[in-house]
Amino acid sequence: MEGFLTAAELEALDLSLRVAFVAVLADLPFAFFAALLLARCRFRGKPLVDGLIHLPLVLPPVALGYLLLISFGTRAPLGAFLFANFGIRFVFSWTGAALAAAILTFPFQVRAIRLSLEAQDRGLAEAAETLGAGAFDRLLSLYIPLAAPGILAGLVTAFAACLGEFGAIITFVSNIPGETRTIPLAIYTAIQAPGGEAAAARLAALSIMLALAGLVLADWVAGRTRMLIGQ
Amino acid sequence: MKAGVTLQHRLGDFTLDAAFEFGESPCVTALFGPSGAGKSTVLAAIAGLFRPQSGRIALGGEVLFDSERRIFVPARDRRVGIVFQDARLFPHMNVHANLLYGWRRAAARAQDQTIDAVIALLGLEELLARKPRTLSGGERARVALGRALLMGPRALLLDEPLTALDALRKAEILPYLERLVQETKIPMLYVSHALDEVTRLADRMVVLNEGRIVAEGSLFDVTARLDLFTGKHRLPGAVLEAQIARHDEPHGLTELAFDGEILVVPHIGRTIGDKVRIRIDADDVMLALTRPEGLSANNILAAEISAIREDGPNADVQLRLNGALLIARITRRSLERLDLKPGTQVFALIKSVTVGGRESS
Repeated sequence: MEGFLTAAELEALDLSLRVAFVAVLADLPFAFFAALLLARCRFRGKPLVDGLIHLPLVLPPVALGYLLLISFGTRAPLGAFLFANFGIRFVFSWTGAALAAAILTFPFQVRAIRLSLEAQDRGLAEAAETLGAGAFDRLLSLYIPLAAPGILAGLVTAFAACLGEFGAIITFVSNIPGETRTIPLAIYTAIQAPGGEAAAARLAALSIMLALAGLVLADWVAGRTRMLIGQ
Repeated sequence: MKAGVTLQHRLGDFTLDAAFEFGESPCVTALFGPSGAGKSTVLAAIAGLFRPQSGRIALGGEVLFDSERRIFVPARDRRVGIVFQDARLFPHMNVHANLLYGWRRAAARAQDQTIDAVIALLGLEELLARKPRTLSGGERARVALGRALLMGPRALLLDEPLTALDALRKAEILPYLERLVQETKIPMLYVSHALDEVTRLADRMVVLNEGRIVAEGSLFDVTARLDLFTGKHRLPGAVLEAQIARHDEPHGLTELAFDGEILVVPHIGRTIGDKVRIRIDADDVMLALTRPEGLSANNILAAEISAIREDGPNADVQLRLNGALLIARITRRSLERLDLKPGTQVFALIKSVTVGGRESS
């Protein structure tokens, strides 16, 4: 890789992967419970909750980046509070990029998990209940294992979407080499610089390879899991 | 252990209003009725999967549901085993894990030997490592039975466990069910609309129709009633219990004793003194006013007509032989020609007898 990519480009690759990993893993528990709520519960205001969860799908990423900036900036109330009390700073930091990516790709995970939860036979839960399993027990022994293909599909889709995130990241945490310059931002920077076409092409090729590898891996993993859970 | 069930529930046009008991020795009660009668709803209420608008359900001394006292024990605490029609095995677990699902969660776990005994009883030794997807319908039903047994249930509810199976698979699993009934003393409520299953397994019968209990009593009394089922729900015939009296090896026949009478049927491979259930279909019984002579028929029984119900061109005639009841189906024309009335002494010619689940003539 060293021969193919420059040190700065490797840095962008490393950063992209880190941002995506942290974003999807941090999202997962929330996405699962949001999906469970939507798939299994009936309550007033459900369409509103559903709409809020799916909002990032239709919201311009730049608008989200702006909203994050005015909420989590060190001089904004929320940002100042987090920084003063926990030393957490999102602006101009890769963790901010992960936060933006996490919010934007949240609906991808919720959708995939919700579909797999809705596809589950409710009769299995009834059977488990008569066999002595309480709600939390059923969650661990039935819902989660049976939703595994959906969870994995959601993770992979969200991961891929994270790798491509641009607008929200550049607006919220800016374009700092080694800190917030992920691959899309590096491509953008390369195009802006005179004579940067070769670098841009290399980074684009890298993006294509990452995407392909992700798809192949996702397909293989999905097949394996379906086999493991007996479908 | 006795279970008392009283429940009322209204849903749209359908009203369920049922009260019955089950579980006292003899322990297998069939909840019988056409589809849509409300059988599965009753079962769901007993298991705790459905909360009726009003009523009371008690098992042994414990109240599981009482609408007046606002008691509703959740399904997971009821220890009522249920075997569903579609087995409902957990697809991501192998047979062994499925079997132990309820056992692991039971407060008072059965001994390890019990697990082996149940596995042997249901013939599951070879299946333990398999996933439910790879099992046949009959195997799935057996695993579902084993899973429910191993949770240590106080009562076992069987919701048409054989309906999804073809005749061959049914014949495969019925012997297991019979052994289960004989070897475990767990009170069972067996929901079915198939009389052949009911006659092999049940001792008592509760008949549900359009949400109401229309009959409750011994299997023999209920199957001989003329007023219960009409049209397409008509029962094929009465069920009796007989004892193997003698084997006539040279002729390949077995003599069955019941109610002081002898019935001759093709050879049954059971020991003398064994009790067997027999079903005599109404269409296979002919009536005569005098004892017929010079006939090939072996089985001619003296009886008295106890009731008659006319049904289109036909008439169902209930016959009393000492204590047992039989039904004959003849044409209304024959009824008039022979001038048959309740009280008339007749001879019943029995063309064919179904022993257990098997047909023999």
